[in-house]
Amino acid sequence: MNDLRDLYQEVILDHNKSPHNYREMAHPSRMALGHNPLCGDRLRLYVALEGDRIADVTFQGSGCAISKASASLMTDAVKGKTLAEAEALYGKFHDLLTGPPDVKVTGEGLGKLAVFSGVREFPARVKCATLAWHTLESAIKNVPEVAKTE
Amino acid sequence: MNVEKIREQFPILAQKVHGQRLVYLDNANTTQKPRAVIDADRKYYEETNANIHRGTHFLSEKATAEYEDARAKVARFLGARASREVVFTRGTTEAINLVAAGFAQSVLKEGDEILLTGLEHHSNIVPWQLACGRTGAKLVVVPITDSGEVPVEEFEKRLTPRTKIAAVSHVSNALGTINPVEEFIRLAHARSVPVLVDGAQAAPHLPIDVAALGCDFYAVSGHKMYGPTGIGALYGTEAWLEKLPPYQGGGDMISSVTFEKTTYNELPWKFEAGTANIAGGIGFGVAVDWLSAVGLPAVAAHEHTLLVRATEALSAIEGLRIVGTAPRKAAVVSFLLGDVHPHDIGTILDREGIAIRTGQHCAQPVMDHYGIGATARASFGVYNTEEEVNVLAAALKKVQEVFG
Repeated sequence: MNDLRDLYQEVILDHNKSPHNYREMAHPSRMALGHNPLCGDRLRLYVALEGDRIADVTFQGSGCAISKASASLMTDAVKGKTLAEAEALYGKFHDLLTGPPDVKVTGEGLGKLAVFSGVREFPARVKCATLAWHTLESAIKNVPEVAKTE
Repeated sequence: MNVEKIREQFPILAQKVHGQRLVYLDNANTTQKPRAVIDADRKYYEETNANIHRGTHFLSEKATAEYEDARAKVARFLGARASREVVFTRGTTEAINLVAAGFAQSVLKEGDEILLTGLEHHSNIVPWQLACGRTGAKLVVVPITDSGEVPVEEFEKRLTPRTKIAAVSHVSNALGTINPVEEFIRLAHARSVPVLVDGAQAAPHLPIDVAALGCDFYAVSGHKMYGPTGIGALYGTEAWLEKLPPYQGGGDMISSVTFEKTTYNELPWKFEAGTANIAGGIGFGVAVDWLSAVGLPAVAAHEHTLLVRATEALSAIEGLRIVGTAPRKAAVVSFLLGDVHPHDIGTILDREGIAIRTGQHCAQPVMDHYGIGATARASFGVYNTEEEVNVLAAALKKVQEVFG
């Protein structure tokens, strides 16, 4: 059960139960849909931009605990950041999820996002944790089609 | 039927997963293989390997004989009148694509209708959509009820003079519903509409007799029948197989080729272009013989006991909802557990050594009917035990503990 506890940390379970920024946005600058056909997860992401800064970001949708908590923590993490800063953060987050299991992760610079370090022991769940980020990427790039995890 | 004796024949079941005894409940996805099938594969490559239907040497003749013998076994297993009514394919998906492509080329016209049910797997939807795209025909779908059934009268209502084929699943992969295909076939034939039955989920669990059913096509996958992956079969009546054009062109499917004109090979080879999955075909033959030796009626009875036991045990768990509650079901239990997403259920069960499938099961329209994104699905096979049902139920309680 230990690696399960690493995966389903309290913070993740809390954000799954009561996700932050979980609401529709009336007039978003950008909007994107995320879909993981393997699990049926669906996510709608709203972004309000002020220049190249993410003034507000919210989401709605259904998904597993990992994808929902990831979306929730992502919105907290990128709010107020510039697009370049958000992209850099995604890079770090991605490394956290996909790094070799024998290398210790520090989670440096990731803040609360470090709670997803347990995901690397569950390769099948990496896509759950990255769905919101993929969707953010397509919102930023204003890609019209649905963001997919594969 | 002695389940322990059967289990001993499946080497993979002896292993531990995450330190726990493997409980394999993903049989609707693919089944494990008995030693007889594994040995046949090795034996073929060690003693027989050569190309078939060409070559005059000893090994080629031996390989050809074994491959065609396997076809005869599959024909017998399905109740076909003759081996020439059985085309080897990569699986059910290719079998349906073969028929759909043939219909697009030589039967369907603009405004024609193809009748499907709301229970279909994507592989019995998308090939027909492709056929519609090529011809201007359209899909007509028989809706399902909340118990996951396709009412016969709803099927009948949608048979029109424009219906050119009905393509229906025998057993639903997502919910386990056994469709009244006998009724569908009777009603369709009364209007001269041919019927294709997707038998991928039925052939491993129920005795099949295509001649008695009277269907025009029946598609199966070897890997869901304790056989190898990459091999399956399309049964088609001789009349229809003669009528349909070849699916692919190439070697082995011809009798004579000049740059002006090609004469196609006779049935069933007309539909088998290129070098076949020879080892797979032979292994498939061994698998159906193995299933017949166990006995389909005994398999069906054993699995029904597991279905009843699993339905009881899972229904007793607070907050668990079974999706698909038709009175006639194969041993498939699709379910939701409170607010816990199926993917999370799957991960936690996996750590307990239990393999299930989670997601939309390649049947998104079924999920849409229930307004859900996914289910968790336990599907049982000949080697599963009541003890394993108990292990599943206990593990689901652990899921609830993790999620509080």
